[in-house]
Amino acid sequence: MAFPFYVNPEQMTAEKAEYARKGIARGKSIVTLEYEGGVLMVAENPTKLQKVGEIYDRIGFAGVGKLSEFDRLRKMGIQWADVEGYRFSRGDVRGKALANVYSQVLGEEFTRSPKPFEVEIVVAEVGDESLAGHEKNALFKIGFDGTIQDQEGFIVIGGSVDNLQNHMSSQYRAGLSLAAALKLGRDALHRAENGNPDLGARHLEVALLDRARTGRKFRRLAAPEIQELLT
Amino acid sequence: MQFWDGYKGSSFLELIAIDHAQLKPDVGGWLAQVGAVPMVPHGTTCISLRYVDGAMVAADRLATMGYQVASREIEKLWVTDQSSVMAIAGAAGPAIEMARLIAIQFEHREKIEGEPLELEGKANTLSQMIRQNLPAAMQGLAVVPLFAGYDVRRKTGRVWKYEITGGRYEEREYESIGSGSLFARESLKKSFMPEATRADALLMAIEALKDAADEDRATGGVDLERGIYPRVKTCTARGVEDISDEEIAQAYQRVLERRRRPRG
Repeated sequence: MAFPFYVNPEQMTAEKAEYARKGIARGKSIVTLEYEGGVLMVAENPTKLQKVGEIYDRIGFAGVGKLSEFDRLRKMGIQWADVEGYRFSRGDVRGKALANVYSQVLGEEFTRSPKPFEVEIVVAEVGDESLAGHEKNALFKIGFDGTIQDQEGFIVIGGSVDNLQNHMSSQYRAGLSLAAALKLGRDALHRAENGNPDLGARHLEVALLDRARTGRKFRRLAAPEIQELLT
Repeated sequence: MQFWDGYKGSSFLELIAIDHAQLKPDVGGWLAQVGAVPMVPHGTTCISLRYVDGAMVAADRLATMGYQVASREIEKLWVTDQSSVMAIAGAAGPAIEMARLIAIQFEHREKIEGEPLELEGKANTLSQMIRQNLPAAMQGLAVVPLFAGYDVRRKTGRVWKYEITGGRYEEREYESIGSGSLFARESLKKSFMPEATRADALLMAIEALKDAADEDRATGGVDLERGIYPRVKTCTARGVEDISDEEIAQAYQRVLERRRRPRG
């Protein structure tokens, strides 16, 4: 009788995590932050492929790491949200529930599959004054192993996060204007080790969850608009 | 939660059919059990016409069930996305469900792929949904909508009518559906002006609905007692917009003044 090959779970988990971290560290970073009018997502992205996307009325998504993996997660989030909204009502689609779904999926993949996902994602939800208990913005960060963090103010994901995180911690304050928030996001991205130290509008992918809009609050900023806000 | 094994395309309709079959109504199954469809509310008259800025859609607010009123304030114009509207007549339940589904379909596809469908592609999606409804249509639950929208690429308003097999026909001027449609069409045949202004288009639409309500008992006109006016929407380069009740009331007054004949 052949015995199955024994693998120490502690060692296997550590190696998988190491592998995932390496993959993520190669990627560019994304800063998600609250500003006076909602939530702003700023990504260093000179390509046409998108890392930030719309999920539902008040919910946005950002992903770093392996594009095929986080883009599949983005699409899965849209599927989940649209089915939830169809089954119940538009108001019943909540960011926290989606963050939990992601956490479950990533957690399960990490334990089960030999190759973990090399992704980190953010679920951002802009608050709605008319929904009791949901007046405030909510930001969630979900890691490659399904760990989920709920943060106030800002979230940084991607490679060389520590530098960005330090800059954001020292500079971020509540109630920034859109232009100030965008500048802060860009300045933080300048501090990435693997990033471009001089980011212009065409190197950035920027999207808003704009509290003032009715219905779908997600909006992309085009390069001229980004340029105007940065100057 | 299904992940790698789940449906991966960009169609919400297919997603529901494949991964969430319990949410898809099994109309064929019901009909096999029940035999015949019980009496259900029906929507009556909708019209759509092209004018200089785009397309205008209008409908009365009455729904009937046999000879009785089912609702005085039913919505027959459904905004399906930022540039298109679906107007429904016939069995209200399946038609409203179809309007709701198609709105999600357009939004879903736009979010997944990062850009909206062409207006032509939207009109075609509706065609396919109507074709799938054919078994139910044969049992009396027909959905034969109008679809109107602003074509951003061609910079013009466009109007389509449908029939129960999913056939789709684009109209150059105007079209009407529902029980009062014969009278509305006859009215528009005489009043229609190509390249009409918004104000003229509104007058033509309100007059056509008034003519339909005059001759067809199932079409509701203006309900002054309850303050219920027809719904009118425009699809233009600015998107889909409502025309206010005040503006509709003024147009209605103008039609009345033009046509009032004292007995004597």
